[in-house]
Amino acid sequence: MEFPSDLSYSKTHEWVQDTGSRTARIGITDYAQNELGDIVFVNLPEAGDEASKGERIADVESVKAVSDIISPLSGVVKAVNKDVADNPELMNSDPYKAWLIEIGDISDHEELLDADGYKALCEEEG
Amino acid sequence: MAYYVPSTEAEQKEMLAAVGVATFDDLFAAVPGSLKIKGLDMPDGLSEFEVRGKIEGISHKNVAFKSIFRGAGAYNHYIPALVKQIASKEEFVTAYTPYQAEISQGVLQSIFEFQTMMCELTGLDASNASVYDGASAAAEAVGMCRDRKRSAVLVSESVNPAVLETIKTYCYAAGAGVRPVPLKNGVTDAGALASMLDESAACIYVQQPNFYGLIEDAEKLGEIAHSRGARFVTGVNPVASAILKTPAECGADIACGDAQPFGMPLAFGGPYLGFMTASGEMARKLPGRIAGQTRDIDGKRAFVLTLQAREQHIRREKASSNICSNQALCALTASAYLTVLGPDGLRGVAELCLSKARYAARRISAIKGFELLYPGEFFHEFVTACPCDATAVEKRLAGRGILGGLPVSGGILWCVTEMNTKEQIDELAAVLEEVAR
Amino acid sequence: MKLNFEKSREGRAFPVLPQLDVPKDDLPDGFLRKSPPRLPQMAQPDISRHYTELAKRTHGVNDGFYPLGSCTMKYNPKLNDEMAALPGFTGIHPLQPPETAQGCLEVLFAAEKLLCEITGMDAMTFQPAAGAHGEFTGVLLIKAWHDSRGDKKRSKIIVPDSAHGTNPATASMTGYQVVNVPSDADGGVDMAELRKAAGDDTAGLMLTNPNTLGIFDKNILEITRVVHEAGGLNYYDGANLNAVMGIARPGDMGFDVVHLNLHKTFSTPHGGGGPGSGAVGCKARLEPFLPKPRVVRDREGFAFADPERSVGSVKAFYGNFLVTLRALVYMLTLGAGGLRDAARNAVLNANYMMKGLSGDYDVAYPGICMHEFVLTLEKLKKERGVSAMDVAKSMLDYGMHPPTMYFPLIVKEALMIEPTETESRETLDRAIAVLREIRARADDDPGSLHDAPLHTPVRRLDEVGAARHPVLKYNFDEALD
Repeated sequence: MEFPSDLSYSKTHEWVQDTGSRTARIGITDYAQNELGDIVFVNLPEAGDEASKGERIADVESVKAVSDIISPLSGVVKAVNKDVADNPELMNSDPYKAWLIEIGDISDHEELLDADGYKALCEEEG
Repeated sequence: MAYYVPSTEAEQKEMLAAVGVATFDDLFAAVPGSLKIKGLDMPDGLSEFEVRGKIEGISHKNVAFKSIFRGAGAYNHYIPALVKQIASKEEFVTAYTPYQAEISQGVLQSIFEFQTMMCELTGLDASNASVYDGASAAAEAVGMCRDRKRSAVLVSESVNPAVLETIKTYCYAAGAGVRPVPLKNGVTDAGALASMLDESAACIYVQQPNFYGLIEDAEKLGEIAHSRGARFVTGVNPVASAILKTPAECGADIACGDAQPFGMPLAFGGPYLGFMTASGEMARKLPGRIAGQTRDIDGKRAFVLTLQAREQHIRREKASSNICSNQALCALTASAYLTVLGPDGLRGVAELCLSKARYAARRISAIKGFELLYPGEFFHEFVTACPCDATAVEKRLAGRGILGGLPVSGGILWCVTEMNTKEQIDELAAVLEEVAR
Repeated sequence: MKLNFEKSREGRAFPVLPQLDVPKDDLPDGFLRKSPPRLPQMAQPDISRHYTELAKRTHGVNDGFYPLGSCTMKYNPKLNDEMAALPGFTGIHPLQPPETAQGCLEVLFAAEKLLCEITGMDAMTFQPAAGAHGEFTGVLLIKAWHDSRGDKKRSKIIVPDSAHGTNPATASMTGYQVVNVPSDADGGVDMAELRKAAGDDTAGLMLTNPNTLGIFDKNILEITRVVHEAGGLNYYDGANLNAVMGIARPGDMGFDVVHLNLHKTFSTPHGGGGPGSGAVGCKARLEPFLPKPRVVRDREGFAFADPERSVGSVKAFYGNFLVTLRALVYMLTLGAGGLRDAARNAVLNANYMMKGLSGDYDVAYPGICMHEFVLTLEKLKKERGVSAMDVAKSMLDYGMHPPTMYFPLIVKEALMIEPTETESRETLDRAIAVLREIRARADDDPGSLHDAPLHTPVRRLDEVGAARHPVLKYNFDEALD
């Protein structure tokens, strides 16, 4: 299981990539995609929607389950990744490339973990 | 005597012993004594022979009219023998929802065929496996259009009152508003619609042909809706859709309706068949079961219930609809009907309805006091005035074995289908002439 | 096998309808569709075979044992179907003057009386077309009741975690927030948690009793009392009424509104997913809110009347009338004693099967069950790598429909078994033997269970592919096999 060191992580298994000027991209972690199994669909917000930290911003579907994606950031949705929406399997095959949502005008964020801290959390959750 | 229980009393005793209890009461030990009833206050069971006699007796208290000129949401059409036979095959009748795809390919393929045919009829991209009826289909369809920003539902006043009532009930549940759009000459007033569409409007629902049988200018209404950012939903009569411009050609985002005319008897209102189709963009918002094509591990083509994560059994409180069971056997019946009729046969039914209705309209409206109420083109229903109390006309016709048109405000709503022979129409006109005198 | 579209040949047709006997009329071109729908063009003999082939690829109750938990797949009596095909019912227009449809109104009236007696309710509507539709209607009654009292603070519906998905979905659809209450160690509602959840924002509770674990909640009277004392109403999900009909009544348990699945408990066929009937019964205080119209009896016979404060309609007309008729035929056939005996034998058959399997499988909640019970294959999965799915798929090769899988959600690797009363002891013995054989194979040859089924028309399907790239209709331009 991979834990890239250039990313930050939420306790609810989203990764955050700071892209500068109060903007960041988020996606789901390798651990999350592994728990979910084959992802078949992602419900994404629209550009312009508000993102609030700690609240549901999207959800991903496997054949027999649906899981919320919790926004680690507060801000405004600037873009969503259409390529992943059309090919949800990318979340399984390359979770750290398959960013889902780009959030700008970031005003607040949840307490985020670094790679080591997140790795420890995953080991704890088994 | 417990009907349909195979175990004999001796076997039941042995089975109780095998379980490790002495009596049936021991099996119900968890039920508090205060809740146990002595027995039901209802008659003892009857033999099959007796039940048959009783039920046949009740059926004879109904008047099954041979000559029916009433529609208004329930239509009298011919059902080919083969369709009835197919719909009564026990495998289809006694199966549950096809959860186990490996032994349910028959039902699943029939749903896939049904979905394809509904898409062909409406011109849209995706269909679900059915919902309860046309009215609940309309209520679900407008629900698909609502979101946080746009929650108000506009409904033309020319829709079937039962459909409007059902939309209102579903919207009451969801806390959404319903705004009726007024009419002009019996059809939706486009000018009024344009002025009513604001930022809060989710969609406009229009029925085609409308409740009064008139053909709406759906294309124009759709353009108006889209120009204001609202969705366009049409409720269509499936027989008329064989010849009329399709919902897709009129710009509809969602089409729905009741496919009862495709092989289901009048049956005092049900079971009927709600259908829904949507543009590709809205397909994932469709409620209920959807069958999809896939392959098995040997590479064989197969069908399976798919996109299930939309549904209540997975999404639970986050599901947009709670529908579980639908009208699967009715959908199978409709597919069989459409397969038996084929494209020419279905167009034939529509053309018979159209020509006969127009012949009847000419005959009836020539009678003093029964003039046509509206000027527009119609399909197989039309409204005439009535020179006297419409229910008196209804009674008079019933006395001659004719189920007349439905009394509505301003007159009578008539319906003519392929089932009405020229003789029946002429006889109807003759009785109305007596009434007029 | 081929789709009907793939069997189509241009020009094949079979005239069913007569020639036009009035002058031909047309609509102006601007009203017409550009091209005809591409319906199949087939001859009747081939159509007949097409559907026979589809029927052979469908497993119904008549094809073998069908112990699908919570679905009550009992025998569908053929008398019911024959009565529902009588022309004196099928030919009746729903908007006929009531004086010409007295038989139909009598059917609705008689069915209402009997079902009120069975459930302990005061009034009933047959408008809802299925169980979930009934839930929607029933919770609307609760909503209308609170609204009518100006009680605006009630925003929540309590649902136990063992509930069917339709319960929380229904609560959401009717504008309520869902409060999930966990089950206790015995599988019943956790009373402490329920007391915490109930309050002046409680609109009501939705409960299935016996629940989806096959357990009759021993605290049922206390549960309904807690909700009533908080000012909420109690909703009974009748999916499992088959266990207690003629023995105990939801109306006596403290429930205010109930839905029944006539296609489960009252033997009407399920049609591969419907039409069903979700009749809703209620106590007198909710009667004024019932959907319109209702059947009443006056001196001249039966008539329709609209309840004074009706929630409206949930569909057109009076529900799936022919399904209600079938249920009435069933009730008349069984009578008071027959209904009770059906429940007794449903419970007996479930316990007999549970006992027969308890040496080989882990029962989630051991003890006496009601009409169904749940196995947990968690240990088997850990120790042998054989899942509930593997066992279920293996049953297919023995000609049996598997139990409900992976439900209720609170049991891991669940198989939920409901044999019903209409199965003979031989059938139960064979099912037990098959499941034990599969259990033995899990030890000796687990691989064979992963490969199952082998002998069905198709084998395990690529569900992931179906959902990722949905193909929801036939592609006329790109024909496959």
